[in-house]
This record gives sequence, C-alpha cells and structure tokens, in this order.
Amino acid sequence: MKNQHVEYLKRQDSIFWFIGLITMAFAMITLFSLVVDMAITGWPRITAEFFTSFPSRFPEKAGILSAWVGSLCVVFVTAIISIPIGVASGIYLEEYAAKNIFTKVIEINILNLAAIPSITFGLMALGIFVYKMDLGQTIITAGLTLGLLILPIIIVTTREAIRTIPAHIREASYSLGATKWQTIWNHILPYSSGGVMTGVVIALSRAIGETAPLITVGALTFIAFLPSSPIIEHVPYISMKWLSDPYTVMPIQMFNWVSRPQEEFHVNAAAAGLVLLTMTLVLNAAAIYIRYRFRRKYKW
Amino acid sequence: MSSSGFSTPQSYKRRLREFKEFVIKSILFICAASSVLITLGVVWTLVVEAIPFFGEVTLGQFIFDKEWTPLFENAQFGILNLVSGTVLTTLIALSVAIPLGTITAVFLSEYASEKVREIFKPILEMLAAVPTVVYGYFAMLFVTPMLQKIIPEISSFNALSAGLVMGIMIIPYISSLSEDAMRAVPHYLREGSLALGASKFQTSFRVVLPSAFSGVASAYILGISRALGETMVVAIAAGLQPRLSFNPLESTQTITAFIVQVSLGDLPHGSIGYKSIYVSGLVLLIFTLVFNLIGQRIRSNMEKKYK
Repeated sequence: MKNQHVEYLKRQDSIFWFIGLITMAFAMITLFSLVVDMAITGWPRITAEFFTSFPSRFPEKAGILSAWVGSLCVVFVTAIISIPIGVASGIYLEEYAAKNIFTKVIEINILNLAAIPSITFGLMALGIFVYKMDLGQTIITAGLTLGLLILPIIIVTTREAIRTIPAHIREASYSLGATKWQTIWNHILPYSSGGVMTGVVIALSRAIGETAPLITVGALTFIAFLPSSPIIEHVPYISMKWLSDPYTVMPIQMFNWVSRPQEEFHVNAAAAGLVLLTMTLVLNAAAIYIRYRFRRKYKW
Repeated sequence: MSSSGFSTPQSYKRRLREFKEFVIKSILFICAASSVLITLGVVWTLVVEAIPFFGEVTLGQFIFDKEWTPLFENAQFGILNLVSGTVLTTLIALSVAIPLGTITAVFLSEYASEKVREIFKPILEMLAAVPTVVYGYFAMLFVTPMLQKIIPEISSFNALSAGLVMGIMIIPYISSLSEDAMRAVPHYLREGSLALGASKFQTSFRVVLPSAFSGVASAYILGISRALGETMVVAIAAGLQPRLSFNPLESTQTITAFIVQVSLGDLPHGSIGYKSIYVSGLVLLIFTLVFNLIGQRIRSNMEKKYK
C-alpha cells in the first residue's frame, strides 16, 4: 500500500518532467515555425533592390528603403533621449534617493509605467507632442514617444546593474577622499556599464519593433522619399532638418503590407518581417554577448 | 600653513565642489522625477481629451448602446462591444499563457539543471523579443489557416488565433518573473518539505509555488496588462468588427484595434473620431491600472503574511 503511493509519486514526478519538456518544446517549435514560415515566404524577395527601393503600388517593385532609414533615424533620436534620462534616474534611485515618500512614489510609478499599454503612450504623444507642442507627424515626435516608452526598461536595468556592485568599492573610494559623484563617475558607472548597456540594447530592440504608438502619432505608411541629409554643404555643415521630416519605420511598413488583401504584398510583408526579426534578434544576441563579456571582466 | 593643500570647510575649492555635487544631485533628481511626469502626462491627456466626448454622448449611451459605430452617420457608442472583444482575446491569451508560463517557471526553477536552464532561458527571452507585428503576421497567415483545417467554419479574421498567438507571446513575461520569485524561496523550505517525505512535485506545487505566490501573482498581473494592451496582433488577425459576443470563431474588435483603425485614417483634432479614441484609451488605461492596483494589494498582503 505504502509502496504503491511512493510509486505513484515517482510517476507523477517523471510525468511533470515530461510535461515541462513538452512545454519547452512547444515554445521552441512555435518560434521555429514562425521564423521558418516567414523565411520560406519572404526569402525570394530579399534582394539588393528590396533594400534600395521605395514602397510602390507594384508589389514586386516595392522595397523598404524609406522604412529602414526611418527606423534608424527614429531609434537614434530615441536613444539620445532615453539613455541619459534613464541612466540618470537609475543612478539617483540607487545612490542618492532617501527612503521617503517621494522615492516611494517614483518607484511605484516606474512599476506602473511598465504596465501601461504602449498604445496609450501613443495617445499621450498625439495629444501633447503632435497637437500641443505642434511638432507634427515627424521623426522627433516618434523618437520622443518611443524614448518615453522604453525609459522604464532602462531605469530598471540600470538599477539592477548598480545594485550588483559591492559596498566595499564605494567605501574604498570615499576613504580616499572622493566625493559621491566622483565615486559614481569613476567607479560605479564603469563597473556597471555592462549591465546598463545590456538593458539599453534590449530597450532599443523593443523600440525598433514597436508599432502601435507610432500609428497613433500618425506615421505615414507610404513614404517615397528619405529624410533630408544631416550633412549639408554650407556652414555649419550639420542640419537638423531631418528631425522634422515625415517618416515611416519597418514595423509600420510591414503592417501596411500585411493588411492588404493581395497575396503578393504578403510576400513583401514576410520579407520585411524577416529583416525586422533579424535586426531585433541581432540586438538581443549582442545584449547577451555584452552581459557575458562583462560578467567575466568584473568578478567581485 | 594654509597652503598645505588640505581643503577646510571654508575653502573656496571645497565650497565649489559641494556646489557641484548639489547641482549634479538636482539634475539626477529631475530625471528620476520626470518619470512621474510621464504617467501624469498620460493620464492627464487621456482625461482631458476624453471629457469633451461626454458633451456629445451621454454615459447611458456609452454603456447601453447596442453597437459601437462612432464614425458612422447614425453613430452609436456602446463601449461594451469593444470591451467584450478585449476581454475575449485576453481570456484566450491567458488560458494559454498562465498554464504554460507557470509550468515553464516550475520546470526551470525546480526541475531543470543549470545547463538546461542556460539553454532554454535565452530561447524564451527571444519569444518576448519578436516584434508584435511579426506575431500578427504569424497569427493571420500561419495560425488561422491551420485552425481553418481543424474548424472549417472559423472566420478568416478571428479572436481565437489572435488570442492564442498573444498567449504564446506573453509566456516569457509570466515565466521569467515567476521563476525569479520561485528561486528566491529559501532552500530550507524545500528541504523541510523533502525531509518530510514529499515528492518534488508536491514540494514544487504545495510549498514553493505558494511561498512565491506574491511574485507569481505580479507576473500574472503583468501578463494580463500585456494582453489587454496588446495591439498589433489583434489589429491584424482579429478583424475590425466590434460586436458584443464571446464567440472566438468570429471576428471581433478590441479597444486597441479600434484605436489603430481610427488612427490610420484622417483624424482632425477635435472630431468625434479623435475623441472616441481617447475615451476608449481611457477605458483601457483604467482596466490596466485597476489590475495593477489589485496586484500590488495582493503582493503587499502576501509579503506581510510570509515575512
């Protein structure tokens, strides 16, 4: 009688082991079939012309030139905005913040911010950036929107990275007479840069794939020109005009193609998806690599 | 003596340095506080832009109208049509993501060896890294045709395939947070349970999972928030037909998909279409915030209990 029960428990254990493996396999098969299905459909369209032509009414002539250029511009603006603010917030909350109600509010707020649906960020941006500040449907609007969206990710990863640095590093620095900021700038930041960079790269890869908020701020789907060049021929040689140009980005171009009824456009969508997926997966692989390198470099 | 180089509290150099420290601290504080401004900005914009909507539509119409057709000639404003679509796709997604996410978390935290975990975790993280528009493509052009082979009467835009794909998409959100919570459970609890003769399965589900419940609950809440706010998958694969029904085989429209549909068209500031997306966005925000508050309440209660 007792033995039977033990047998039963053992069987239960091995069954769960099996169920766990099946679940893992299910996740892997899904990812695999997603990639393979898209690769089979989209691969024939991945040619040099696909990267160098503008969208077109004719599916076989359409390309993603304006989309990938637009994506790069938008992500650049996003990075410029979100990295300094995000890292600074992380440093403040980890190193300076006193345990008081202000800090508590900020912390709860960051938790909630991560749960706010991305499309409501788009609605906020439409109301504030597009209409109140009159920035229009431009690269700067898109960059600002996505910058605010990924801010919580950067803040949280910065805090985690700083938290792993042991207290004796700080104490050593203080005992040599360094001020708080000197300690942060010369020690805390360099040692946590691996973790911070990992978070930044993951956040930017999220920004590249984000679609919904940009649709609400009014990214156009048919852009047959490039933003103006940042380098001009006369003084001061650098122009910021590209910031106020209309744009489209990779995921929006793909959405546009997916939502058309003609099957030829679905092929284009698959090809665009393949490029987009490669971009995000390469960024994620880079993040894993950075984490791995820094983990080996600094051992406490 | 005074030129010894040591800085005294009165010295110019030292005061300058203290001033610099203060400026830096203030800048950092402003950055951190700006995140509160973002939340306030989101809530404020939604409320301000949504209020004029109720100048034209009564609350009764908003709740009891039979249909949601704000852009039509005879406009009707029954928000429940959009809410039902949102709830339906969310429920389908959760019925995939919660069981699979929990099993994954238990498996990775309690059963798998270090090596197995190192292999599977990055793969799961990749599931979360795939852009949602790609999932939308997958739902419409891979999952739906597959479902059509099994259930021939399923519509080519349907809540089922969008919900299923959304569920797979949020597995990693649920599993990784839950796993972190379960791994934080102290070892002596497991050892105590095993010493009393419990099996691994019993220990995992009756000792570890309940002790990690606050973390697991916040993982579920995050999953629910993701599912409620998910946009591209439903906009692509679930269709554009708002209806008050819970039939997963039909097309439906969620709040988010409606916002996308309206935003794609021409949207003059102050038009009824413009106001309607803010109202629906506000409803969505209230839903997510309520769930998050519940989650935080559960967590703080549990933390008191398991101190």
